[in-house]
Amino acid sequence: MESNKNFVVGIFDDEDILLHAVENIREKGLKIHEVYSPFPVHGLDDALGYKRSRLPIAAFMFGATGTSLALLMQIWMLGYDWPMIIGGKNHASLPPFIPVTFELTVLLAAFGMVGTFFIASDMKPYKWPRQFDLRSTDDKHVMAVDLAANKMSKDEISTLLKSSGASEVNEKNF
Amino acid sequence: MQVTSSIREPLITGGKTVRDVSEDISRQVEGKPTQLWWIAMGISLVLFTFGFYCICTLLWEGVGVWGLNKTIGWAWDITNFVWWVGIGHAGTLISAILLLFRQKWRMSINRAAEAMTIFAVICAATFPFAHMGRLWLGFYWVFPLPNTWGSLWANFNSPLLWDVFAISTYFSVSLVFWYMGLIPDFAVIRDRAVRQGHKMRANIYNALSFGWDGAARTWSRYESVALILAGLSTPLVLSVHTIVSMDFATSVVPGWHATIFPPYFVAGAIFSGFAMVLTLLIITRKVFKLEDYITIYHIELMNIVIIITGSIVGIAYITEFFIAWYGQVPAEQYAFFNRMQGPYWWAYASMMTCNVISPQLFWFKKIRTNIVATFVLSIIVNIGMWFERFVIIATSLHRDYLPSSWSMFHPTIYDMGEYIFTFGLFFSAFLLFAKFFPVINMAEVKSIIKSSSEKKH
Repeated sequence: MESNKNFVVGIFDDEDILLHAVENIREKGLKIHEVYSPFPVHGLDDALGYKRSRLPIAAFMFGATGTSLALLMQIWMLGYDWPMIIGGKNHASLPPFIPVTFELTVLLAAFGMVGTFFIASDMKPYKWPRQFDLRSTDDKHVMAVDLAANKMSKDEISTLLKSSGASEVNEKNF
Repeated sequence: MQVTSSIREPLITGGKTVRDVSEDISRQVEGKPTQLWWIAMGISLVLFTFGFYCICTLLWEGVGVWGLNKTIGWAWDITNFVWWVGIGHAGTLISAILLLFRQKWRMSINRAAEAMTIFAVICAATFPFAHMGRLWLGFYWVFPLPNTWGSLWANFNSPLLWDVFAISTYFSVSLVFWYMGLIPDFAVIRDRAVRQGHKMRANIYNALSFGWDGAARTWSRYESVALILAGLSTPLVLSVHTIVSMDFATSVVPGWHATIFPPYFVAGAIFSGFAMVLTLLIITRKVFKLEDYITIYHIELMNIVIIITGSIVGIAYITEFFIAWYGQVPAEQYAFFNRMQGPYWWAYASMMTCNVISPQLFWFKKIRTNIVATFVLSIIVNIGMWFERFVIIATSLHRDYLPSSWSMFHPTIYDMGEYIFTFGLFFSAFLLFAKFFPVINMAEVKSIIKSSSEKKH
């Protein structure tokens, strides 16, 4: 973590006020570092201008890998490596391979996507997140503005946050 | 933003604020276990220990200690297995299918229901494991691993092998789904611990929460993960009981050999699962004082699901009978006639009474909004669903093709012991969960406080 980063932190009590505040603040040209909420606020990612997550694509790729691996494994094992006649059917007949193929598709898609989520969000059991305000997991929405990334002064930012509906404005240094 | 509809009943009562949600749910994690908790845990551990002794005997002596015979080679073990797997289905239905349908009432109950799923699947898995005898070799038999028999692989044409893949995938994906839901709530407990000065608790819950920060970017990713996991779990949960039913349906035993089995088993699974969710949640809401979160309205909605799935099960029973008669295959006709009139008529009668008649009582609003009646009926439904599996499995087997091999099944203490073991395991795991993990999904409940809670007047 970089040292000596100064943030102005706005505390919001209500998700609707927060959403309007984000739009208002971004219109005024202030760059928001991040907003921390106790629960998902719908429309907040759009208001902050975040692009849609590409995790669905990752899930699809992992799922497709699962499908191919499962089919290849079963066809190779029962069709080529040790062919056996079971119930007079072909060595490598497709229909009985579908259940296992489906399960492995789901398994790889789910685990691959969740693993990607942890990597993309940089989440690890031994890592403590940067906490601007401990109430952000309780009942407050916390907006952090990086002073170094903005041209406005500390006081101007505080006034803007207050006028947008923040119930409190604090400072936080890391 | 949403506005509370005057037509719909609020999902959260008691004028709760967002702050109250953290307080009410975290409190039981932070406090000491109550006396009631210790008593329940003690009873569960006694059951667990007795059952564990029975399992050890089984592994030491072999499957001969069970009451199985040449004719009835599958009885309580597979009945219990199917029963537990079925119970698990409600958790996934509540958390995945209701999420896809945007049903907000799932939010107060999904955490506990998913926990139930996971523990129920663990309980189910003990039966095939124990049945394998030398379970340390089991992995070679059920997974395609290179082994000492040349490279003779597992048989992918066998529904039993499909079952292995289905159950293990179901278990691990449900576990991941459940854990993903827990992550933001662990962070709530972590931050409360920091404020209260409990260093160790803060560190443990931070590790459990993977250092959750609650940033808008993380929430946005998190929501798409939840949606896709729901999308993956929905066909998965339907596939699991479909494949379990194929253990029977792909055979040629009269009474098992039926194409109606997959949908019939899935409906039965959801039916019994909702009954178990009700049994557990009626106790949980009382013990942890969660009446404002799990309201009568939640209980009523779950009872409506029970009416629907119970009626599907009833129709499936009637269809089976009709097809047995209409199909004009003597063996098939006999199998069904024997279920009704043979020596196991009492099992059949219990199944019909508990599964077909008793859920119909929920058509009366007075009954489906009454806690005591719901609790009693939820237990009756699960007794009925146990008998359903017993009827399908044991009565189809006990009249073999040759009258000289006709037989009856008499369970031994070891058959019962292993069933008791799973109850001990299930309840002790659920009690541990209820003590150390938040039993209600705080983040989700907080998100509906504004739109669906009773306002303070």
